[in-house]
Amino acid sequence: MSENAIEVDGLRKTFGRFTALDGLSFAVAAGSVLGLLGPNGSGKTTTVSILSTALRPDGGQATVHGLDVVADAARVRQVIGLAGQFAAVDPNLSGRENLTLIGRLSRVGRKQARVRAGELLDGFGLSAAADRLARTYSGGMRRRLDVAAALLHRPPVLFLDEPTTGLDPESRFALWDAVRDLSRTGTTVLLTTQYLEEADALAERVVIIAAGRVADTGTPAQLKARFGAAVFDLGFGAPGDAETAALALAARGYVTERTGATLRVRADSGSGAVTGVLRALDHQVPDPMSVAVREPTLDDVFLSLTQGGKPA
Amino acid sequence: MTTVATTGSTVVPLAPDRPAGDRVTAAVSDTVDVAWRNLRTLLRTPQALIFATIQPMIFVLLFRYAFGGAIRVPGTSYVDYLMPGVFAQAVAFGAIGTAVGLAGDLRSGLLVRFRTLPMSRIAVLAGRTLADLVRNLLVVAVMIGVGFAVGFRVANGAAGLFGALALVVAFAYAASWAFVALGLRVSDPEAAQAAAVPLVFLLVFTSAAFVPSQSMPGWLQAFGTHQPVNALVSAERALILGGPAAHDVLICLAWIAGLLLVFVLLAARGYARMGR
Repeated sequence: MSENAIEVDGLRKTFGRFTALDGLSFAVAAGSVLGLLGPNGSGKTTTVSILSTALRPDGGQATVHGLDVVADAARVRQVIGLAGQFAAVDPNLSGRENLTLIGRLSRVGRKQARVRAGELLDGFGLSAAADRLARTYSGGMRRRLDVAAALLHRPPVLFLDEPTTGLDPESRFALWDAVRDLSRTGTTVLLTTQYLEEADALAERVVIIAAGRVADTGTPAQLKARFGAAVFDLGFGAPGDAETAALALAARGYVTERTGATLRVRADSGSGAVTGVLRALDHQVPDPMSVAVREPTLDDVFLSLTQGGKPA
Repeated sequence: MTTVATTGSTVVPLAPDRPAGDRVTAAVSDTVDVAWRNLRTLLRTPQALIFATIQPMIFVLLFRYAFGGAIRVPGTSYVDYLMPGVFAQAVAFGAIGTAVGLAGDLRSGLLVRFRTLPMSRIAVLAGRTLADLVRNLLVVAVMIGVGFAVGFRVANGAAGLFGALALVVAFAYAASWAFVALGLRVSDPEAAQAAAVPLVFLLVFTSAAFVPSQSMPGWLQAFGTHQPVNALVSAERALILGGPAAHDVLICLAWIAGLLLVFVLLAARGYARMGR
């Protein structure tokens, strides 16, 4: 086995005329967490589906633990777990029944499946709801059960496909903790997400994909440095005011983008950015009615990739 | 969350509980597990059970008391003519649930999860059809009770009745596979319902399940008497009402074997194609 738990080389997949993956290549070091980022339709789920043997690629190669996902699919299935937006639990089974069923089907013995289900229900804070039908669970509980099901046979490689999309912050942080714990014990995690923030919190490395190819890759810190340190959302009283402010900021070299009376401003460095932007909005520009400073999101990153940093 | 953790830095998957080479045992065990899951689901979605039992009862009441008085059948009372038709109709309508349920699993993502588990592939489909078999046994038992309650009497003895019911259940099993293949093709419960309902209606109501084919125009009769539901109903009647049955039973068995062969293959291919 190589030191990479996952290797993806020139993966291709088309659905009719739509090219989902267009020669995708990346690797995930054993025991690390990799964040696969991209907008809707960029190929994240297709990638995870192929790596988890649910889908066959049209071209290219992928291995998990050195096993080819097509030729050795049956053995790959023994070392992986999949959870996320398109993997589901049965709403008409209780949490415990769901886990024991998945355990049985994962070739874990009946007794061991029961023990393991109990452990995981405990670990994911679902003990109290263990014998309730999953259809009565909240979104967050269902997602935790989904992840627990993926972990039943203790897979050394875990795929999480947008595990926190649509979750409230508390559930999101609980899932993050779970991922950190798994990583600490040596599980390799491939996580897809639309949130740079999430990759930042969890992933050692990030691969950004767009239109089925790698658009950029690096550590979260490297990516953030490349895409600017901060984003300002300025709200004005009228679109005209926002336009005036956009011109003043552009004159000082800031990249802006206006939507109605709202102006989004990208700043390259964190320190001095606030004073710099506010100074650009001097007395000839109407005062903004609201100012929000935040970290760049994947949306911002993609805007900068597609607009090439030109002033809006 | 420490209970999730394993000790040490390398994660070792739990050892399989049986040698990987024993594929048949594994497939049987997985099939039983999936069937168990589907039966639980059935018990917990009362609408499905109601559809499977109340609805044929309504047909019995309708045809026994509302329409039956106006229907003349040669050589027997209408209720004895009706019940074999109702058995066929009950399991044929039940098969709609097979397509809808499987399409639901497809849409919810449960089948994606199953595809990523080291389980037997065919067990996903074989488990569902096994659960349907159990459901159909239940439905047929209920319908016999209902039949006796409204005056159904078996002229040809218990052996004839059980022979007929064995055919019904075997036919229903083949029909399950057909609707599994359909459910996999449409991948959406509403579409599955929309595709399955007209098909079942067409087959049930052009057959002689409720009225003799002789009353139908020639072109309809030609279709109605050469399709599987009619073959089942004819064989059942021959066994239940008495008279020469071998020919009808053989035709029915041929349909069952043919449907099974074609649709087990189509269903298996449909499942394999999900990953294309």
